Amino acid sequence: MSDEVEIPSVEEVSGTGVAIRGNDIDTDQIIPARFMKVVTFDGLGQFAFFDQRFESATPEESRDGDGDAVVADEQKDHPMNDPEHKDASVMVVNANFGCGSSREHAPQALMRWGIDALIGESFAEIFAGNCLALGIPTVTADEETIAELQEWVEENPDGELEIDVADETVTYDGKTVDVTVDEAQRKALVEGVWDTTALMKANADAIEETAESLPYVEDGKRV
Amino acid sequence: MSEGTLYDKVWDRHKVTTLPTGQDQLFVGLHLIHEVTSPQAFGMLRERDLEVAYPDLTHATVDHIVPTSSKDRPYADDAAEEMMAELEENVREAGIDFSHPETGDQGIVHVIGPEQGLTQPGTTIVCGDSHTSTHGAFGALAFGIGTSQIRDVLATGTVAMEKQKVRRIEINGELPEGVEAKDVILEIIRRLGTEGGVGYVYEYAGDVVENMDMEGRMSICNMSIEGGARAGYVNPDETTYEWLEGRDAVPEGEAFEERKEYWESIRSDEDAEYDDVVTIDASELEPVVTWGTTPGQGVGVTEPIPDPEDLPEDKQDTARRAQEHMGVEPGETMEGYPIDVAFLGSCTNARLPDLRRAATIVEGREVDPDVRAMVVPGSQRVKAAAEAEGLDEIFKEAGFEWRGAGCSMCLGMNEDQLEGDEASASSSNRNFVGRQGSKDGRTVLMNPRMVAAAAIEGEVTDVREIKEVSPQ
Repeated sequence: MSDEVEIPSVEEVSGTGVAIRGNDIDTDQIIPARFMKVVTFDGLGQFAFFDQRFESATPEESRDGDGDAVVADEQKDHPMNDPEHKDASVMVVNANFGCGSSREHAPQALMRWGIDALIGESFAEIFAGNCLALGIPTVTADEETIAELQEWVEENPDGELEIDVADETVTYDGKTVDVTVDEAQRKALVEGVWDTTALMKANADAIEETAESLPYVEDGKRV
Repeated sequence: MSEGTLYDKVWDRHKVTTLPTGQDQLFVGLHLIHEVTSPQAFGMLRERDLEVAYPDLTHATVDHIVPTSSKDRPYADDAAEEMMAELEENVREAGIDFSHPETGDQGIVHVIGPEQGLTQPGTTIVCGDSHTSTHGAFGALAFGIGTSQIRDVLATGTVAMEKQKVRRIEINGELPEGVEAKDVILEIIRRLGTEGGVGYVYEYAGDVVENMDMEGRMSICNMSIEGGARAGYVNPDETTYEWLEGRDAVPEGEAFEERKEYWESIRSDEDAEYDDVVTIDASELEPVVTWGTTPGQGVGVTEPIPDPEDLPEDKQDTARRAQEHMGVEPGETMEGYPIDVAFLGSCTNARLPDLRRAATIVEGREVDPDVRAMVVPGSQRVKAAAEAEGLDEIFKEAGFEWRGAGCSMCLGMNEDQLEGDEASASSSNRNFVGRQGSKDGRTVLMNPRMVAAAAIEGEVTDVREIKEVSPQ
């Protein structure tokens, strides 16, 4: 039952980081369309940034007999392939990250790879909305702050970052810097109302009223 | 007093309430679904024991994974067959109308919605697909959503959204010969950037848009998302109403006249205030082609490809990598860039007028022997209408493949894919690395007549230098 779905609040996220450099990184790069021929999101983590991480071109070539991604000797030089970053949970990115296709498969793949939060210069809107629906903060900071963070993360793969969503800060290397969290996102995460289904379903009467006030809807049907 | 823009008015009419997050809860008048982004949402509904709240305001099609060679079942690709079977089961269970390939109404979701009159002015339309912005051409408020939001819409008939700013983009004057809607939107994205529209909805206006047919308006609104704007729209007018009258889901007779009054009432007021206004002089435009790997990396077909050094600092790195991937040099033009594949299709440019215009270039000519050229009509109805006019014969005689309806090589989820580092002249919307199915593939975006010209010449060609055999 919808009322029973427990939505945790996301006030803080902490963990080690991984830097993915470049502006305009689109969701086709985050998860190529050929890995979306699935009816669930299970197992998408292994395909995150696949073409940047592996030489093989097709799922057939890139999977072994059990359907798992082939890792051995197919790897490219990519931060997500670096064993030092394999446990990273905070991704530090640049501008317009997640542009292009609306596929939720993109944040699902990152989440299932291990990412709990992203820090970047800016995010494409649909991507940020999809992250929020999964309880993943997309916090923003200026170019200089991001450049310093990315450099630090690369030099300190074991270094812990702490994102305080409520206070809009990131703490690392013994210092605390200001970041920005979109207001609706901050409220949704901190108050634990980022899963909007139950929240909106509770307004059933008001929904019905709005629907019937529209000239093109009658009894829940198009007229 | 001004009631504001179309965006303000449609938003207000559909607003249910303000949520504790500060977002507004909006009623959804039309929920379009397809096989790629909806199955997980139906799964989430089952997990929570919820039902589809408004099945009669929901409509399904299959487009991303359908083979365009044959619609015989089961599909040769097991994964495609599984996705199709899942969609069939989900819509059957929920009682949702389905433009199934067997009905003759199947096609790309952003082609069939308007075609069947489901897309109407003053409505809210969502779909788990970023090119849902297309439907804004009719004065609808239409935007792409993710799968968790699809779950919300299925379960409640509503979506949580933050209201955005509105930028009016006026394209004034007259488009020069050989320049069309696709060039206008590529130019807009080139000028304002791929993230220029973040936080905005685009209202397209001005002489060019007012004088443009609905298909052109759809091409422009379609690529709003490539400019970072989640939605784009055109105020509805007589062109809109004439186009809609008589279509399946559109009211008839007196009801149509009444509905028109509503449609007129949601147009932006003359004195509406905008958060930003951009004007473009149409006479300056020429056919635009992309030289890079984002839709913002475009250039006039006779203009030199920019030197990354001359671009803003934050664009230089991306430009360098893009030029390396594409194998182009600054200072050169895209004219003469050899192509291996010509793709005439996608939700941007695979409607009947697009195919007609391309056919005027193709007629009586032959596709370059080294080029694999294909036409993928946007829907089964577009295909049938084109065949009734004999367009299929024109394309086939020239050496084009004439295929079934679907998304096809726009994103390479079916068998239509680039191979290796093939270069494609494409009427689609995205030139991202790997987009057309091969990670080394190269995509040059352009208008449909330019694709036709490239297919004939085997290289990027200025279509204005090719004489139309039978001008429309």
